[in-house]
Amino acid sequence: MNSIIDFENVTFRYDEQEENSKEVLRNINLSVEKGSFVAVLGHNGSGKSTLAKLTNAILVPQEGKVLVEGIDTADEDRKNDIRRKVGMVFQNPDNQIVATMVEDDVAFGPENLGVDPKEIRRRVDESLKAVGMFDYRLHEPHKLSGGQKQRVAIAGVIAMQTDCIVLDEPTAMLDPRGRKEVMDTVKRLNRDMGITIIFITHYMDEAVQADRVIVIDDGRIRYDGTPGNVFRHIKEIKKIGLDVPQATELSYLLKNDGIDLGDVLTADEFVSAFEKLRR
Amino acid sequence: MIKDITIGQYFPQRSFVHSLDPRSKIILTVMFIVLIFLCKNAWSLLLMSAFLIAVILVSKVPLRLFIKSIKPILPIIIFTTVLNLFYVSGGTTLVAWSFIRITTKGIYTAIFMAVRIIALIMASSLLTYTTTPTMLTDGIERLLSPLNVFHVQVHTLAMMMTLALRFIPTLIDEIDRIMNAQKARGADLESGGLIARSKALIPILVPLLVSAFRRAYELAFAMECRCYQGGEGRTRMKKMKLGLRDIVSFLSVSTCIAGVVLLNKYFGSLI
Repeated sequence: MNSIIDFENVTFRYDEQEENSKEVLRNINLSVEKGSFVAVLGHNGSGKSTLAKLTNAILVPQEGKVLVEGIDTADEDRKNDIRRKVGMVFQNPDNQIVATMVEDDVAFGPENLGVDPKEIRRRVDESLKAVGMFDYRLHEPHKLSGGQKQRVAIAGVIAMQTDCIVLDEPTAMLDPRGRKEVMDTVKRLNRDMGITIIFITHYMDEAVQADRVIVIDDGRIRYDGTPGNVFRHIKEIKKIGLDVPQATELSYLLKNDGIDLGDVLTADEFVSAFEKLRR
Repeated sequence: MIKDITIGQYFPQRSFVHSLDPRSKIILTVMFIVLIFLCKNAWSLLLMSAFLIAVILVSKVPLRLFIKSIKPILPIIIFTTVLNLFYVSGGTTLVAWSFIRITTKGIYTAIFMAVRIIALIMASSLLTYTTTPTMLTDGIERLLSPLNVFHVQVHTLAMMMTLALRFIPTLIDEIDRIMNAQKARGADLESGGLIARSKALIPILVPLLVSAFRRAYELAFAMECRCYQGGEGRTRMKKMKLGLRDIVSFLSVSTCIAGVVLLNKYFGSLI
């Protein structure tokens, strides 16, 4: 398979001077396939945000290499090439919106790239439609809800036509409705436009919707696989301090009592598996 | 009180004034401000006010917004009016009671001053109501671009202005939040004299400053992630073009200036 981001034996620590300062990430080997939807799970301080920042050269590892379509992120001269390929959406929507009008903010990225004005207009309209914010293009960002602001931020990245979007806990500051808006938007972009998504979160119900889940704990990758495979390790995941989806946990408890529903991730799956078993 | 600040507020509307090039709007506003201070008698003042009101009507921005923009300046207007009333002397003396002397010239100057300040606020509000902050800063950037020859970082200045305008509402919300948080912890912000009250502001300003720095830091990251590298090689989605409308506006403001100058000459000066 074609990979877009590769981590090769990456070790990272924030304090470069001290030789034995704590390593935030240790010996990470990872490759993200083009067009995939990867969720990265971990509790606070596990190193998941650091992992995100390594993907587009905000941070550069002390040991090992991060490659974006073959370009080493340590290469100072090619930072902008990397950022054209990998866009980033941050946790706080207020701190990433630059302009005082929605469409101007979406235009910010392409303007920086020196794109022709007509083409910028086209991209801005298209990106706003893709995230369902076209009707709000003349609004002021501070009057939007959190979920809407995050969608504007996502549109700003799409307008740069990046191949991959890294979202660093984009739903952490949102209410349930905003979270759903963002999640639905991201899923649609992945499905319809083939954009690779790396979604960092600590919400299980969001991670379940990805093709692949990576669990990080204490700077190491603990689990890596399909949601079904990862959440099978219920006991171990709980030990790390993370939750498993409620439906999965319930099916696990039922299995201990002799009722096997198989791998269940969502409430709907649970219900259908349960119905099947009853019949 | 803080929410009354209308600086940089934009009122979306489709009108002749809205569609003008931001550069010409900035220059026209400056020309008009000069015009305000050219008025020397009642007739020229009337012409200037009539012109301003006509432009406001054309802009389709509701008049109450302009009244709202004057409200915070009201104390200054009253202060200067009263000051002029008592201090300017000349013409016939109307009241002479102990040290108070009110003269006709004093009255005229006071009225002129009040009208001028109000017109000044209204004219500059008109500029911001009809121009988006982005267009405004773009316009300033383009107008100042000749300064690049002297190595003045015009683009950086314009970007700083844009970001300042962008973050005013965010920081106002933040102040509200911090104030509520401190009140919930028992902070007393409303009682006591001037000194006690300003001391009470410290627990609000410190967190505000800290959070503003954190925001700036994150914003810088976000901008870098979107390939921001300063003004070089940057394009703009919205191109500025001077059109017939701009010529028409320049002509009408020039005509108004000529009218004021003529009226000044013909009817003499009151102040």
